[in-house]
This record gives sequence, structure tokens and C-alpha cells, in this order.
Amino acid sequence: MDRRRFLAGTAATATVVVLPLAPAAATPDAMAEAIRKVVGSATLTEGRVNLDVPPLVENGSTVPLIVSVDSPMTAADYVKAIHVFNEKNPQPNVFSARLGPGNGKAIVGTRIKLGDSQRIIAIAETSDGRFWSAGADVIVTLAACLEEST
Amino acid sequence: MSNILVNAPKTASRGAVIEIKALILHPMETGFRPGANGRIIPRNIIERFTATWNGTEIFAMDMSSAIAANPFVSFFAVANESGTVVLRWTGDEGFAVEERVAIAVE
Amino acid sequence: MTMRLLAVGLALVFAASYAVAQVGTQSGADKRRSGYQDMGEALQKMQDDDTANPGMLFVQLGGQLWNKAAGAADKSCADCHGGAAASMKGVATRYPAMSRGGDRPIDLEGRVNLCRTEHQKAEPLPPENRDLLALAAYVSHQSRDLPIAPPYDPRLDAFRAQGAEIYRRRQGQLNLSCAICHDDNAGKKLAGIAIPEAHPTGYPIYRLEWQALGSLKRRLRNCLVGIRAEAWPLDAPEYVALELYLMERAKGMKLETPAVRP
Repeated sequence: MDRRRFLAGTAATATVVVLPLAPAAATPDAMAEAIRKVVGSATLTEGRVNLDVPPLVENGSTVPLIVSVDSPMTAADYVKAIHVFNEKNPQPNVFSARLGPGNGKAIVGTRIKLGDSQRIIAIAETSDGRFWSAGADVIVTLAACLEEST
Repeated sequence: MSNILVNAPKTASRGAVIEIKALILHPMETGFRPGANGRIIPRNIIERFTATWNGTEIFAMDMSSAIAANPFVSFFAVANESGTVVLRWTGDEGFAVEERVAIAVE
Repeated sequence: MTMRLLAVGLALVFAASYAVAQVGTQSGADKRRSGYQDMGEALQKMQDDDTANPGMLFVQLGGQLWNKAAGAADKSCADCHGGAAASMKGVATRYPAMSRGGDRPIDLEGRVNLCRTEHQKAEPLPPENRDLLALAAYVSHQSRDLPIAPPYDPRLDAFRAQGAEIYRRRQGQLNLSCAICHDDNAGKKLAGIAIPEAHPTGYPIYRLEWQALGSLKRRLRNCLVGIRAEAWPLDAPEYVALELYLMERAKGMKLETPAVRP
């Protein structure tokens, strides 16, 4: 995957005019900025959130992911939102989900794209205005025989 | 016309927490991939998924280019009353589809 | 004279590999592994759940197309075949097969297109066309969990032998044969991932790399790219010959269509 990116990078610098600007890849800074937009100046506490994602993935195009938050999900104490971010895709956001007491369980599952081995961060916003987080590192591999030579 | 598969129980006990899973056919073109001619293929993704139970929103998800093609979503809901769960997907190129499932609560 | 020798030689090679395949299935536990067993747990779960398996979206589409009239004859598949669950059960386990009156074997997609042109009086669907794959997936799905059962047809022998020869032939810039990876080194790791035995147990598959359903032909082309060989054109008879051999090699293994694979 790194080699493919490197080759794409050199190709981009060699043919300046024809190709559009390569999209700015998300960096840990871009992810931090995206998180700041959601959390603001509030404190981010690690805990209560569980990120269930395979540590080694056979293909980054479809990675199953389950975010679960430890919460009674009652009208008095529930998870308002779950946000997931990544640090190396072209843009740092993965998804934002809105929840409420009507969910009964704060568990959201989906499948995401990961362009490279990287860290993902899930942030839960609870009804008392607090923010909780968990992170996971995922190694992304690729099968040997693909459509194009890498 | 889009192919959709929904997994939700047909019946539930009152107050039970049930899982709803939905899968929809959609390319989720990220807008970052170059095509065969070297030009970036324009973005075409589902931007929003919502679920309502008898009209009340029970779940919503804003999706990005980082959601995999043929998006899958699973979430939970408390079965309070019999009725219809309406799932809606909207996104680029005027994409707007809906799927309804009836759930009987006793 | 050399052609005859070649034919005899190929027949011997085929007979030998056929015999080995027979031994494999008869001597106690079947040690062959489907690609399913080489996948991580999360992907296995994805395949097992019919409402979460992305390939099932295409099976659903295939079911819709099955009932849709097409062509100048304005007939649907259902008009001749009725309900697919009954009429198509077991069919996919017996392909590739000789088409009636034809002189070479065809795969399942080829059979669907023959129905379209001959009975529906419709245009054949191009290779890798989504509707064609959906129909093939819908038909194959009716044989899910059934053992692969290549038909006994002596007319297939020469083509199957050709497939066996291709399987063992070194090709491409990397000068590898299918056998070197998938027979000699199956189970060992290549770039962090286990090399599968390469049994066509779930085609058409939802390959994560494609983010779509694709045929065995498409997957074989990926193999050819992988060994830096020139991929044969999509209508090349080599693909069907190779599939004939691979299905014989996988005889008795269960069909999983639609399979999920990385």
C-alpha cells in the first residue's frame, strides 16, 4: 500500500499539469481538528466506549466495525451521539450517528474503508454533555492478486 | 430502484430491545479515486441514513466517503408499540429511497 | 502424430490428477479448505448472515430479473423454468457443461446468455455485466450447500485436460503456475495473508477488492495480473477449460454462493 502511494506521488510530481491536485491526505492533525470541531473545548475522557474492529484486515475496502458504549440509555442518562474518525484516509470523518433513549442499547455497526494501516477513534457524547473516547489500531493488508499491478 | 435487505424481527415483546440491520446496494464512490483517464471520478455517496418508528426518529447516521460500498448499518431500538419502521437513505445525485418494515409488539 | 501424443499425454495427466482428487475425497476426512476457512472471523460472519452479505443484494436483484420478461419473445426465466428454488437446484454444481448441440463447454453465465438469445430472443449480456452476474448468482445460490458435482460427460475430458495443463503451466514475468502457489504453497503466508487452495466454491463472489460481485473469469484475470502474465481476452476458452479443471478438483466441496472474499 505504501509503495502504491509512493509511486502515485512520484507520478503526480512528474505530470504536474494533467492530473488534478492529489487530495490532501488526512493526517493526525486533520483528525485532531475534526475531533475539536465536535468536542469543542470540553474534556475528552477515555472509557465507556468499545471499538470492535479486526486488528488485521484482509482488505481495507470493507472493514466491519462495531462501536458500543456502556450506558443505561434511559431518559436521564443516554448516549446522544457517536462519532468515528480516522487519521490516514483522504478525509478524517468516518460517520456521526445520532441516538437516544429509544435505542435501548448504544451499539452501532457498519463497514468502513481504510486506505492504509492507521488509528481509528470513536467518540461518544452522553446526555450530560460529556465526551468519551476509545481508539484502535488497524493493520490493513491486501491480497496478492488484484486487478492492477501494484 | 435500489436493492435493499432489512433484518428486523416481525414481532417483539413490549419493551424488548431489538436489533435492526439494513444493507443497501450503492457504489459509495468516494470522490477521491482517479478513473481510467486519470480524472477523479465524481463523488456519489449516501450522505444520510435515518430510521423512524411510527414517525419518531430512533436513529440517524451521517455517512462519509469512508463508509464502504453497499453500506451496512446495524442499530438497536426499544419495541414500545406496534407500527412501522421507516428507513430512509439520501445522498448525492438526488438519491432518496425508503424501505418500510412492520413490527408487531405485544 | 505429435498431436496424438500430446492428447494421450494430456489424458494421462488428467487421469492422474483425477485419481488424486478421488483419493482426496475418499480417504476419510476431506482435508481440502475453501477460501472461507482462510478468512478472518469478521468476514466469515459477513458471509454467513444473508441480510448482511453484500452478495445477497445481487442474488435479490437476480431474483427480480428472473421474473422479468425480456427480449422479442417477451418471456421471463420464470415463464419456462418456474420457481428457481426447484428448477435450478443442483444446476450450478454441474457447470461448466457442454451446451446442447454445441462443440465446447460453457460456464453458467454462458448458459444464461444462451437462454437469452435462443429462448428470450434478447441480446446477450456483455461479460461482467451486473444483470448477468446477478442472474448467475441467483441460479448458483439455489445450489448453496450442495456438493460440487461435475457431470460425467466424455466430451468434456479433452477440455478438462487442457484446463489441467494450464493450471500446471508456468506463466508470466514471475514464471509461476497456479499449482506452485495453490497446490505446493497453499496455507503458507504471502504478504501477511494465507494462500488459499483456490477452489471455486462460491462464485460469483463478492470480492471486497472489487466492492461488487464478480465472476470466476474476473478472479482468474486478477491471478494472471498477479503473476504478471497477459490476461486472456474475456471470451477466451481458456477460462472455461480452467474452470472445468478447478470444479473437478473441488468435486464434493459445498457451494457457498454468494461467497465473500477479500
